[in-house]
Amino acid sequence: MLKIENLHARVEGKEILKGLSLTVNAGEVHAIMGPNGAGKSTLGNVLSGREGYEVTAGTVTYNGIDLLALEPEARAAAGVFLAFQYPVEIPGVNNTYFLRAALNAQRKRRGEKELDSMQFLKLVREKLKVMQISDELLHRAVNEGFSGGEKKRNEIFQMAVLEPQLAILDETDSGLDIDALKQVAQGVNTLRSPDRAFLMITHYQRLLDYVVPDFVHVLAGGRIVESGDKSLALKLEQHGYAGIGESRPAGAVA
Amino acid sequence: MNDTMINEGSTATALRDNAGVAEALGRSYSAGFVTQIEMTGLPPGLDEGTIRALSAVKREPEWMTEWRLEAYRHWLTMPKPDWAKLNIDPIDYQAISYYAAPKKQPKSLDEVDPALLETYEKLGVPLHERAALAGVAVDAVFDSVSVGTTFRKQLADAGVLFCSMSEAIREYPELVQKYLGSVVPTGDNFFAALNSAVFSDGSFVFIPKGVRCPMELSTYFRINAQNTGQFERTLIVAEEGAHVSYLEGCTAPKRDENQLHAAVVELVALEGAQIKYSTVQNWYPGDENGVGGIYNFVTKRGDCRGDDSKISWTQVETGSAITWKYPSVVLRGDRSVGEFYSVALTHHFQQADTGTKMIHLGKFTKSKIVSKGISAGRSSNSYRGLVKMEKGAEGARNYTQCDSLLIGKQCGAHTFPYMEVKNPTAIVEHEATTSKISDEQMFYCRSRGIGEEDAVSMIVDGFCKQVFRELPMEFAVEAKKLLEVSLEGAVG
Repeated sequence: MLKIENLHARVEGKEILKGLSLTVNAGEVHAIMGPNGAGKSTLGNVLSGREGYEVTAGTVTYNGIDLLALEPEARAAAGVFLAFQYPVEIPGVNNTYFLRAALNAQRKRRGEKELDSMQFLKLVREKLKVMQISDELLHRAVNEGFSGGEKKRNEIFQMAVLEPQLAILDETDSGLDIDALKQVAQGVNTLRSPDRAFLMITHYQRLLDYVVPDFVHVLAGGRIVESGDKSLALKLEQHGYAGIGESRPAGAVA
Repeated sequence: MNDTMINEGSTATALRDNAGVAEALGRSYSAGFVTQIEMTGLPPGLDEGTIRALSAVKREPEWMTEWRLEAYRHWLTMPKPDWAKLNIDPIDYQAISYYAAPKKQPKSLDEVDPALLETYEKLGVPLHERAALAGVAVDAVFDSVSVGTTFRKQLADAGVLFCSMSEAIREYPELVQKYLGSVVPTGDNFFAALNSAVFSDGSFVFIPKGVRCPMELSTYFRINAQNTGQFERTLIVAEEGAHVSYLEGCTAPKRDENQLHAAVVELVALEGAQIKYSTVQNWYPGDENGVGGIYNFVTKRGDCRGDDSKISWTQVETGSAITWKYPSVVLRGDRSVGEFYSVALTHHFQQADTGTKMIHLGKFTKSKIVSKGISAGRSSNSYRGLVKMEKGAEGARNYTQCDSLLIGKQCGAHTFPYMEVKNPTAIVEHEATTSKISDEQMFYCRSRGIGEEDAVSMIVDGFCKQVFRELPMEFAVEAKKLLEVSLEGAVG
């Protein structure tokens, strides 16, 4: 589904990603871990098309197409979703209205029929039930006055409604108490399916107790330096990132 | 997943971003057409003879002619106001024609020229009652004259008088003489004095004691003729306990010359009366280089003359090259309430200096001001407001909220709040914010699939929500669409 090869990217003239390679297949959950400043968030931002990130080399192929050539809204329509580390407030814009506009914009771009308010409401009700989220969030403005936990839950809820193929979760676990973390994890687990892949960017191992990944990668110095299964995350938990990268970089181009 | 579809999607995006901008600007002012119709009028120029001729064409009584002349003589002595944050090219008052009207003057709606009916139809204001907006009576003003007023019979049955000002001067002289100029005196300011001298038409509304007007009243102002000014005069009187909601809309053709619009609106609310006045102002704003557009100099004032009365102004200002407008309320009656809700959007080279005055005279009077300014392109947008608590304004309160939103880097937003408090028990609160549509907000929307222009519309709409809530339903929808159209090409 997603093939990243030798990706180099700069932010404000500074090279952050230095030859990152990664392959993600449908149905897989990949955890990207690494120390601060390793380029974890940069990876999420480059994949979703945020401005200010300059790709200087490498390719990203998504379902056979060049993902980097698409505008952010076209990537969204193609099924790429980024759960923000810091979800953005849009004062005065109703959360439900926003989500319907987003879903219909995506559907329109894909040549699908837009949903009317009744159909959309039905979909939202179903998703609320599955995600165990109270409908109170729906009536408020997008993220305005939301607590940290509410913002993160809202991201997961948006993901549930938009049904992406590739979901990138950028430190969705950070700043959450254990109950909120469990709720977010439960949301992700509910959405796991054979057609959907997850890229979970996280600093800590604890999210992985609740969402068990198929692969764990360590990102350091702008590339993936080690890959393994979930036991790698436990190893990191015990020894920290200090000893990482001395072994042969996994997936790196020699 | 269909790959071809996605590729087509992105190609379409690219096309829209490049070639699309010109097209978007081209269609951005849909009311810019000209109606071909046989006109009559006065040649350009202004002197006492012009005023006498105008008064004669309108078959006005002697007292009206004298009233005009007095205003004119006063106007000649007045300096042009230059305190607003506006760059105004000198206006040649002798180059303007002060009266232009369709040649055929209809006696009733059935006789209105089909070209005119078509014009209003195109503007979304059908005048035939069977097609008219349900529950909204319309007075249609075309250049200098009213060409028709709908639902007059139904309104008359309720005791409501709704007609053109010209007609009111002839039919209800005692009411007009009693109230005209009682809120905005002829010498109030430069443009009000000019208007008093040369006003050609406008709407007159009288709601008698205890009557709740059974439908929304509205006036649609259209400038069509070249080299003319539009000087309309509107007077709304609500007697004791009466209620009325009134709306006005305005558009003009696209022309390279600037045209002058100088209106006066007076509202009188007696004891317990309520007047809600909403404006959707969409005069031609000029093109993207700042060529053409309407100069909009308007004096609007309401007088809460009776105790427990209420006057509420709501305005959505998207048009005009220059807007100079401060709808105000004099809170004379005890416990009277004044409100001002405003959205002013400027784009390209538009300039707006707008706000309100709340003059508290009575005890326990309350006023609320919510102003939302949106600036894009190279435009300049100023809020100017005065809150005055006079000695007798025991326990009076004001709350002012003033928010500015900037789109792009070349526009300006300014806030000039003035406060004068002469009563120590009065409370004045002021809050102001200035924000930008952030890259973060844009990226958040886009990453969810919402395109750039839709994202801007959505963010702006959210910013204006507090004001849109005050508009009658259909007009809130129209106002929202108008903002979208006015912002086309504002991003990128």
